[in-house]
Amino acid sequence: MSHNPKQSELTPSRRAFLKAAGLTGATFALGLSGTDLLASPVHNLSAQPGLAQAEAAELTPYVLIDKSGQITLMNPRPEIGQGTYQSVPALIAEELEVSLDKVIIRQTGGEKKYGGMWSQAVGGSGSIRGGYTQMRKVGASAREMLIKAASGQWNVPVEECYAENATVIHKPSGKKLTYGQLAETAAKLPVPKEPKLKDPKQFTMLGKSIPRPDVPTKVNGQAKFGMDAKVAGMLYASIERCPVLGSKLVSFDAAQALKVKGVQKAVKVERVMGKNRYEGVAILADNYWAALQGRKALKVQWDHQHHDTFNSVDYEKSLRNLEKADGVVGHNAGDFDKTFAEAPTKLEAFYETPMVSHSPMEPMNALAHYQPDDKIELWVSTQGGDLVKDEVAKVLKVSPDNVTVHVMFNGGGFGRRLTQDFATEAALLSKTVGKPVKVVWTREDDTSLGPFRPLTFSAMRGALSADGKAVAFQHKVISPSIDATMSDKYDKTKPDGTMLEGTGEQKYEIPNLSTRYVHSDIHIPLTYWRSVTSSTVAFAHECFLDEMAHKAGKDPMAFRLSLLTKDTDARRMMTKLKEVSGWDKPLPAGKGRGVAQWEFFAGLAGQVVEVSKNKSGGITVDKVYCVIDLGTVVNPDTVKAQVEGAIAMALTAATKDGITFANGRTVQTNFDANRMLRIQEMPEVEVHILAEGGPTIKGVGEPGLPPLAPALANAVFAATGKRVRKLPFDLEKV
Amino acid sequence: MAAVKLTINNQVHTLDIDPQMPLLWAIRDVVGLTGTKFGCGIAQCGACTVHLDGNPIRSCSFPVSAAAGHKITTIEGISKNGDHPIQKAWIEHQVPQCGYCQSGQIMSALALLKQTPKPTDADIDAAMQGNICRCGTYNRIRQAIHTASTEMTSAPKLPKSAPKIGER
Repeated sequence: MSHNPKQSELTPSRRAFLKAAGLTGATFALGLSGTDLLASPVHNLSAQPGLAQAEAAELTPYVLIDKSGQITLMNPRPEIGQGTYQSVPALIAEELEVSLDKVIIRQTGGEKKYGGMWSQAVGGSGSIRGGYTQMRKVGASAREMLIKAASGQWNVPVEECYAENATVIHKPSGKKLTYGQLAETAAKLPVPKEPKLKDPKQFTMLGKSIPRPDVPTKVNGQAKFGMDAKVAGMLYASIERCPVLGSKLVSFDAAQALKVKGVQKAVKVERVMGKNRYEGVAILADNYWAALQGRKALKVQWDHQHHDTFNSVDYEKSLRNLEKADGVVGHNAGDFDKTFAEAPTKLEAFYETPMVSHSPMEPMNALAHYQPDDKIELWVSTQGGDLVKDEVAKVLKVSPDNVTVHVMFNGGGFGRRLTQDFATEAALLSKTVGKPVKVVWTREDDTSLGPFRPLTFSAMRGALSADGKAVAFQHKVISPSIDATMSDKYDKTKPDGTMLEGTGEQKYEIPNLSTRYVHSDIHIPLTYWRSVTSSTVAFAHECFLDEMAHKAGKDPMAFRLSLLTKDTDARRMMTKLKEVSGWDKPLPAGKGRGVAQWEFFAGLAGQVVEVSKNKSGGITVDKVYCVIDLGTVVNPDTVKAQVEGAIAMALTAATKDGITFANGRTVQTNFDANRMLRIQEMPEVEVHILAEGGPTIKGVGEPGLPPLAPALANAVFAATGKRVRKLPFDLEKV
Repeated sequence: MAAVKLTINNQVHTLDIDPQMPLLWAIRDVVGLTGTKFGCGIAQCGACTVHLDGNPIRSCSFPVSAAAGHKITTIEGISKNGDHPIQKAWIEHQVPQCGYCQSGQIMSALALLKQTPKPTDADIDAAMQGNICRCGTYNRIRQAIHTASTEMTSAPKLPKSAPKIGER
């Protein structure tokens, strides 16, 4: 595949992302009315109407207050369903002493003053753990500036003044000034670098289940997603790309397509994704239906580059053939080989997990308006306004300053919207045709074109001492690599931290631990999926530990706790899980329970799954208990919702279809074959949050996912005596 | 192209469009009501659910010509101020996460509660299994339907000043 090497930009590595995720933009700007934020057409699309803020004073880039007292808080973390539209502004509002229902919340669009790459993105469960102190400081700084402005006006000591309900009050005299009255003066003051933060005991919002301000707009049809963005004169585009990924466009004939009423143009367009370039033909029309009809009438010749022979059966076989390969050493403690060789009891097992799609309910889409002066404006559902700005600038070869991004509500993300290929498609098309262009993918496009979560296979080996203790444990991951499919600078000689994620991080006190990575090439684009590789490797890791417990004749919970003797978060979490799940209470015949836990970059959670054999001979998932360890919690109800969602997503990935290939293309193209969990399949979920303080704040969005599949498979074993070592598995055919 | 007359939320729209265009795109792109969502295009996910004479249909797979002369209701038309008991219950239980599927979920729930004012869990499963929520809000949807059912079927509360009737 030929491409301009200058355009071949690396997908920002997970490591770089995680580093940046902990550092939201720390720069404070001063002065009146950041006009670049204002008066843009996004106002017509925003979740909340009436955003006219022509004379708003900017206390920090995140806090704007106009003379009427209307406060606008800028939220750098896109809302993809995880609740950052409430939880992040709440961090500012708590310290600013304003109620969230009185402020307007707006999304930042990648502007420099809100921080560099990845600081305006959502992923890695990083919004709260990365921004908790930073965003509180933003609010506290603005509060101190307003108090200082008031004390100056009254000519009284700062110490005699305090803020409450968007008002500064002089305690001795009872005099009051509203934030609106103070904003202009306050904005001229220097921003305190180390403002005094509130004592958590005085919190009125943080730690409480405050209703989300986006929810009312999501029950009346008013919330505006990328899909809903419109500008005058825009054309709708549907793009025909080869379902055999990696094919080249030979020629196309649009004569019939152009005859469809409403179809305006047919043009070539490139899909850019990391090192990958995919050619396609866009049909542009007055309405989306016409674009779809035109696309159907299009005749395209592809050169499949031999990729049409690719199929999952052979690829999976090739991974199994790598079972004995040495691979690259990841984690190494003690001497696994020697201990394993000499141990009285040994176990080996092979685990398999599938490729899956992200399938957010809102298909990929973007609206781009390229203007003759090389400026471009985009409206897009994305997990990072900064990512869109940067990627569009690179692909169009313009300065990022020329790119304005309006971040809309996301109809789901799950990692898919960390890749901005759909945004650059719209940008390229708008530049080509000289009109605003809205690209809308079909569900078939979304399901069949990737990027996908990688499949991972795991070769497990373990050894028990004579008294049944786990003394050696090896996890060898055999898989394609996310980074290798996106970057042409991938180094196969180095351990792939993303593909070994979490395997060396569990707190189990096993003296001889070895992790290895065996890489396998693939031409299919792969990317992060909610909880990344933990979503697959935890299955092998925690099921195999169950196998060891069984071999040792021990209870799976007791076996784990015997390996967690030190005072760790993992031990506290598991102890709590044992208690809340009623682990020691016997279950009736035909029922079983299983346990699993997982600790990784995003956080820590454990689950107990209860299943029963149903009348049709299958398995019903009755209930899931989850303990998630956070340290500090911002919105308990949001956490609960995220865990419920993670469980639904994990259950889908474990028991539905996954993505498989035949003749170079995905077998599944829509929800008929790529089935999702439905309401009657959702188990009861009971969530317990550990928020006992401490310096560490852990993530929310992802940790609820990895324990589900292994806890479920372990429960199936408990109920039926059958080991599930391959995902997905059909609950009705265990 | 032909003129198609659609009655959406009690408003009549005369549209010059392809009669084969699915109702979804007529509602979204032509009329401009964007609360109804595109999810799959093959009637598998329910995000596009609207009512045709009070019955739920998947508008992505329903030609606009077949909707002419019928009463169409979208999420924008179920209450003036977003205060239908179902909407209130959805807020009370904080059902939506990303929210993209929720218009369709609510339209399916509304049809269920019209047909079956006091649904059992099995009734809810049967009526709601055509609506996918990828965020996994299903348990909250179930709770919210029960809450809405209670409000919609309980006797209207009398104002305090009203005389008490039948008191012995």
